[in-house]
Amino acid sequence: MKSTLRTHRVAFCGIMAAFAIVLGYLEHLIPLPIGIYGIKLGLANLAILSLLYLTDIKSALAVHLLRIAICGILFGNMFSFIYSLAGGLFSFLVMALLKRWDRLSPVGVSICGGVAHNMAQLIAAVCLVDQLKLAFYLPVLLLAGTLAGFAVGSCSLAVIQTMKKKKP
Amino acid sequence: MKKADLILLCSLLALSLLALTFLVWHVGDTGEVAVVTVNGEEIARLSLKEDTELTIEGYNGGSNHLVIRDGDAFLTDASCPDKICVHTGKADPLRSIVCAPNRVVITIESE
Repeated sequence: MKSTLRTHRVAFCGIMAAFAIVLGYLEHLIPLPIGIYGIKLGLANLAILSLLYLTDIKSALAVHLLRIAICGILFGNMFSFIYSLAGGLFSFLVMALLKRWDRLSPVGVSICGGVAHNMAQLIAAVCLVDQLKLAFYLPVLLLAGTLAGFAVGSCSLAVIQTMKKKKP
Repeated sequence: MKKADLILLCSLLALSLLALTFLVWHVGDTGEVAVVTVNGEEIARLSLKEDTELTIEGYNGGSNHLVIRDGDAFLTDASCPDKICVHTGKADPLRSIVCAPNRVVITIESE
């Protein structure tokens, strides 16, 4: 029985990793026409957040890192890789901690994740470009992170609820 | 969705809108000079009143082409593959043009 569960887990993580990479690709195809540097929806977080709730932190982190690496190799360059790694790691840390704290639903966790992602990328940008002026982006990125986190969180709440009913 | 989520959402929205309003009110959109920096070092300070063009030598041998026309500063060409800086469009005091690969930043300042 234990090995069946393990197989199920491995297959599920594989599917979710593929899902996350496709979402990352979709996002890459449709840039938001706002014209502000670095604003995007964070669709891939849909898969990562669902995994965090449906499996455990270890599996979610593994899939998350795998996605960042593969998306970085396929669609990015060195700089976008550093940015997504900074944003990805910090937002994952925040989301994992908030999930443990258990006061927020996936929607709230996703909002915090989105904001954390944008803040980490801003800090990475300030370090790389060495320009404190970039801090002007802060309110814009805060707003964008909140809205995108809310949208993605609402979707993954639906995914989590549906999947929980179907668990073996 | 829990009540805590709603409180979080509303307070973040309020905070960011407040910060945005403050920023717009505080900075305004009356810049007069375009300041070009490469890797944190200022290399040029150009008045927006005079139409001019400048090819910026970026970090690591990249280059960006800056145009100042009718009081607006924008980049028309860049050596990087993604051209985010070119797509940024016109710079204003609230929106610098940033080219991360070449470490070029163009900001608008008042004198």
